[in-house]
Amino acid sequence: MGKLERIAAQQDRAAGRGPSRRSFLLTAAGSAFLFGFARQGKAAQVYPQGAPEALKEAAAFEPTIWCSIAPDGWVNVNIIRAEMGQHIGTALARIIADEMEADWNKVRITYVDTDPKWGLMVTGGSWSVWMTWDQFRQAGAAARTVMVEQGAKLLGVSPAACIARNGQVIAGGRSISYGDIVSRAHPTKTYTPEEMAKLPLKPASEHRLIGKDVKALDIPSKTNGTAIYGIDAKLEGMVYARPKLPPTRYGSKVVSVDDSEAKKVKGYIRYIVLEDPSDTVPGWVAVLASSYPAAIRATDALKVVWTPGKTANVTEQDILDYGRKQIANKAGGSCVFNDPGVDETFAKATKVVEQTYTCSSVLHYQLEPMNALARQHEGKWEVHCGNQWQTLFLPVIAKALQVPESEVVMRSYLLGGGFGRRLNGDYAVPAALISKAIGGKPVKLIFTRSDDVLFDSIRSPSVQTVRAALGQDGAITAWQHHASAGWPTRVMASAFMEKGADGKPYDQFAIAGADHWYDVGPMLVRALDNELASETFRPGWLRSVSSGWTPWAHESFLDEIAYARKLDPVDYRLSLLDSKGRNAGSAPNSVGGASRQANVLRHLVEKCGYGKVSLPADTAIGIATTFGQERAMPTWTAGAVQVHVDRKTGVVTCQKIWLVLDAGTIIDPDGAAAQTEGGALWGLSMALFEGTEIVDGNVRDRNLNTYTPLRIADVPEMDVEFLPSTEKPMGLGEPGVTTIAPAVGNAIFNAVGVRLRHLPIRPADVLKALKEKGNA
Amino acid sequence: MVKFKLNGRDVSVDVPDDTPLLWALRDDLDLTGTKFGCGVGQCGACTVLVGGRATRSCITPLSSLEGADVTTIEGLDPNGKHAVQEAWKDIQVPQCGYCQSGQIMQAVSLLKDYPDPTDEEIDGVMGGSLCRCMTYVRIRKAIKKAAAALRKEEASNG
Repeated sequence: MGKLERIAAQQDRAAGRGPSRRSFLLTAAGSAFLFGFARQGKAAQVYPQGAPEALKEAAAFEPTIWCSIAPDGWVNVNIIRAEMGQHIGTALARIIADEMEADWNKVRITYVDTDPKWGLMVTGGSWSVWMTWDQFRQAGAAARTVMVEQGAKLLGVSPAACIARNGQVIAGGRSISYGDIVSRAHPTKTYTPEEMAKLPLKPASEHRLIGKDVKALDIPSKTNGTAIYGIDAKLEGMVYARPKLPPTRYGSKVVSVDDSEAKKVKGYIRYIVLEDPSDTVPGWVAVLASSYPAAIRATDALKVVWTPGKTANVTEQDILDYGRKQIANKAGGSCVFNDPGVDETFAKATKVVEQTYTCSSVLHYQLEPMNALARQHEGKWEVHCGNQWQTLFLPVIAKALQVPESEVVMRSYLLGGGFGRRLNGDYAVPAALISKAIGGKPVKLIFTRSDDVLFDSIRSPSVQTVRAALGQDGAITAWQHHASAGWPTRVMASAFMEKGADGKPYDQFAIAGADHWYDVGPMLVRALDNELASETFRPGWLRSVSSGWTPWAHESFLDEIAYARKLDPVDYRLSLLDSKGRNAGSAPNSVGGASRQANVLRHLVEKCGYGKVSLPADTAIGIATTFGQERAMPTWTAGAVQVHVDRKTGVVTCQKIWLVLDAGTIIDPDGAAAQTEGGALWGLSMALFEGTEIVDGNVRDRNLNTYTPLRIADVPEMDVEFLPSTEKPMGLGEPGVTTIAPAVGNAIFNAVGVRLRHLPIRPADVLKALKEKGNA
Repeated sequence: MVKFKLNGRDVSVDVPDDTPLLWALRDDLDLTGTKFGCGVGQCGACTVLVGGRATRSCITPLSSLEGADVTTIEGLDPNGKHAVQEAWKDIQVPQCGYCQSGQIMQAVSLLKDYPDPTDEEIDGVMGGSLCRCMTYVRIRKAIKKAAAALRKEEASNG
């Protein structure tokens, strides 16, 4: 049996179908044959490849919805998070299997489709391990408890005389496997969340899988072409569609459509002007064809006249200027911190220093372009696609279709990159609408890359002003951080917004990071929603969200203050990380508080030799430190970057990156390192290589001919270290990003004495700054 | 009707001759391991071997393939155990994995030209393959590991 047939058979088995229907071979003629993973029923993505499918599920013991033990001893773990490169199923299964004392060689993970029973299905914010840690340990403990009780009975001993290990219950020299316990005792006990929460959990010293090396279960399929992403989903009889995008994200209206040229394209079927009750894709026209190349050509040939929305002439500069005006206005926005005494302290300050920092728009450019396959089948609307926040967008799809949510199901696939783009499921809506327009027949909507980029939910450009009041001795006595950017959470998930100190809602993902753990006296941290940005494009969540740009401001600013005061920037930071007041931290998430941030910084400095090593001319190390992503879930992070600046060309070369992190307990060490490496290189890419701008209401760059993310030749030497800890695990998908840009900026200053305050840092900016400095 | 050899078997595809190989593979021949990324030959996700050479299938029209010998990720090794694939698994290179078929095919081609590649040679050849998860550190490491394994294989065969 060839690989393809194996997958088809695997999918069939998973769907509870016999193998016969699809077990045919690829013919030498190569004519179209569909092994179409019709993904009927409950079929879903299952790893490792070759694991027995859920045939015996009916006889399996399922103490909770999260895991089951089959009579053959295989443990199935249900994963409700999206797999987009984090190997999240492996990490989460390690948690449950460790607590259960399962045999890791008989653990299977299933990436499930949507179902209300799963609760909140979201994969973002580096939350997955953190939010699953307690739940999965409890679920594992529930399964282990039953195995020990039932195993003891079968062995004729008391549970107290037994231990559970490696999928077996052992009493002295005798043992019985979990599979045998299930097939002989048929346990049926189930646990409520309340009952689970009361079960005793293993101490860290008893961890046998957590923290140990493991091969991620999804990786083999990603080396042989068998991994199935959303774009690979196929259904018999499906047609292809491509969007014809309107001139503005919002407010464009179709005036006329002329398909006389499109009709000349072989395979062209028709166009559809979409009517969208959810208002997700206003002004859209979709082009249908029998093949995707035909859809591409027919869309190019289709002539549509629109009246554009009001943002047709907006530029990046307009958005940044709008943000500057917001910051200059004392009113407006919402405050994360608004401590008593800020105004008074500033009023009586010996000196006030301030700087403004800006960041360009950034594209997600996840490598798998947006796509979704939709149809109506057996009374349900099915949407097949990779997605990071099904709970948010399933209701939007239902609204667009004007059906109850219970009639919509989202089928899960691997994601060819998430980085936050697929938290916004807007791309799934038009696929459903097109299918509805053709009577529920299956349609596969694929965006070309330029469509994907034009429709991206970009990282909003941002403006930030940081201000410090200084006392007579030069010490900081009060602090203000004002940040203006488009707010993704207000646009897409306003119910999730946090309430500020003043009771007004704010987008935590457009300010987090500014609420730092330094003791700088009373603080005002103000978030401003740049409405011009959110009217022009749909702001997106992008890897590390605001923590990818707020440290660019305050970590640059702290170095600037330290330099002005002739203090060592590291010693200066350490003096501010005093763990007092709200920075003392609290259980379970931030035990130790700022002292743990100081600790990673001290380790980093020892490692990289900052201030001690002697480097060649125009070469220097810069330092920055953050708490990762969010104050409530701090991953203590310290980063150092060594750069060389070429004074003739302005080219900045990053030679080495060091990172030291304390993320609490590390579940999968290699996966943790991989996430951090990737995050750090995203940070470097956004610092030096990638950024776009809004021109005439849309992003200027559409593809890799002008958009230039980091490539292999730009990769520096890297040294990533996690400090040992048995505290609750925090997140690691994004913290790697956060320190790199300010560390680069600080390193450039240390190398050649110029301070850059805009991201990305282009050679022309460096040359200009060098020239100005020379002239000064 | 274009006829060519695909993963060692004769195939013919009855689609317009200017159809890019990528879409014929994915939609007509059901080999979805080859991926669509940029559509303009600049990301490398669609890389296959044509006559043993790394080729961007998204900008290769079928008409140019009459009689050619095409290898995709699915046909690289009957058991998915080519030295490059083995190194990719050992080093745990893939994250999302979407670019990795293309990375692997490009690396196979690289190692034919440079059995013991330097960092500069790796950068030169792999520079056209974008990995948005930024697994580059591991790609470099895995290429060197595969190179060593292939040289050893070569030596024992010789």
